[in-house]
Amino acid sequence: MDYFLELFLGGLTRGSIYALIALGYTMVYGIIELINFAHGEIYMIGAFTGLIVISVLTLLGWNTVAIIIIAALVAMVYSAAYGYTIEKIAYKPLRGSQRLSALISAIGMSLFLQNYVLLAQTSNFLPFPNLIPEFGIVKPIEHIVRSTEIVIYIAAALVMVGLTVLIKFTRMGKAMRAVAQDRDMAMLVGVDVNRVISFTFVIGSSIAALGGVLVASHIGQVNYYVGFIAGIKAFVAAVLGGIGSMPGAVLGSLVLGWTESFFTGYISSDYEDVFAFVFLVLILIFRPAGILGRSQTDKV
Amino acid sequence: MKPVLSVSQLTMDFGGLRAIDHIDLEVRAGEIVALIGPNGAGKTTFFNCITGIYTPTGGDMLLAAPGEGGPVRLNGLKPNKVTENGMARTFQNIRLFPNMTVLENVMIGRHCRLHSGIPGAIFRPPANRREEKQIVEDSYRMLEKIGLTGYVNEFAKNLPYGAQRRLEIARALATEPFILLLDEPAAGMNAQETKELDELIVRIREQEKVSILLIEHDMKLVMSLSDRIYVVDYGKRIAEGAPEAIKNDPAVIKAYLGEDIDA
Repeated sequence: MDYFLELFLGGLTRGSIYALIALGYTMVYGIIELINFAHGEIYMIGAFTGLIVISVLTLLGWNTVAIIIIAALVAMVYSAAYGYTIEKIAYKPLRGSQRLSALISAIGMSLFLQNYVLLAQTSNFLPFPNLIPEFGIVKPIEHIVRSTEIVIYIAAALVMVGLTVLIKFTRMGKAMRAVAQDRDMAMLVGVDVNRVISFTFVIGSSIAALGGVLVASHIGQVNYYVGFIAGIKAFVAAVLGGIGSMPGAVLGSLVLGWTESFFTGYISSDYEDVFAFVFLVLILIFRPAGILGRSQTDKV
Repeated sequence: MKPVLSVSQLTMDFGGLRAIDHIDLEVRAGEIVALIGPNGAGKTTFFNCITGIYTPTGGDMLLAAPGEGGPVRLNGLKPNKVTENGMARTFQNIRLFPNMTVLENVMIGRHCRLHSGIPGAIFRPPANRREEKQIVEDSYRMLEKIGLTGYVNEFAKNLPYGAQRRLEIARALATEPFILLLDEPAAGMNAQETKELDELIVRIREQEKVSILLIEHDMKLVMSLSDRIYVVDYGKRIAEGAPEAIKNDPAVIKAYLGEDIDA
């Protein structure tokens, strides 16, 4: 039973991490129908920014809890600036052109950012200190779940609730839905579409950065390539759940997390990615629009 | 009366095709003006030019709020800026936000009349919340005027056709325009719905103090509503005047019915 619980919680951790990244993918896709392949890199840059802030503040001898909170906030703001800038220089000029052009631009941006960090930092894995304190309550179940994982669950849950409130009830949320449903019409009722798109990138990027810092604390290391793997997995999760749908992204992430966790736990850990992708193929065969995705009918 | 919209020598080319050819048009405060013409005459293109969807090849488009400063030149403005300057429109085919409620569709229209920015959306200070509450109330009142209160929380896509049409008008009015462009508002409506639309348009002109420019094929509606009518054919303006004059204008009859065999 303990083993099952451990796998279940491990899957929940993976799922929450995927969700933090997948939300950004799916939000951007919902608004401008672009797969933002540079999104994984934003996550990686978030982790690196966190590491730099932590290193500096540790030297100054600050309190560890304060350090991790400040590091996460700085990483979120810094990555949001990256997301904003990427959209402005790599996607906005291509908005009127074919979708393939923007997609290729996204892949280019992803490669550029990876290599930029590779040159600016190093290709080695850098140790990431785990500053999240051990909670007293977790002690008795320490062999099943760690404090870091609990923080990840809470952060993911808070982000989901926050996003739901934002999308459902605020004016900006309404504008985002309007742009997603009919961009030209949104403009004609006075919505500043460029601002809505920038806002989407800012929010998606800062969530990914939060994920980056938390995951790096959990795993204990970062390098320039972590964003690529995490980005691909989160992309799979977003497609699995139905790209463009935010509840779908969360559900897809959890399903993917559990699939990986249980298959690796009960069958073999050598085939972790194989299980994930076989599952993706199966879902796409039987539900091409994803678990919660609606099949699109093209307007004639 | 001072014109609220004056378009002069508007021209729009698509490659070698001249869709609009030096059209002049004027709408004065409180007027209902119709733009008619055979299919493909360039009426919708004209709307797309003045609302910023297309950038016209030539000509001038000026928008002047009644009783306020100088006119704003619309050339090159984005659609959301045109809306901010007081011109709203509806479409020939329904373009509601299908997966938003009726109330939300109207609330979106209020978007451009607000000032709280992105930080406000995240931190939600009290001023911002008051503003949002105000929007809900205003939007509800708008739905009352248009007679859609029975549908407030329905998704727009689930409304009957006539109600969807009226919701489009409500959403356009929510942006507080002083001129409203209606692109075939009666398309697909039955006689009863058309009659209600006729009354609605007259009513919103009185209550909301808007001028209306409409494209319409239903001649009965056009003749009963309009103060003046412009007729276009092959992108050119062929006639302008009161409904009675237009009805008997030989150029208009020719455009609609073709050359008279005896002539």
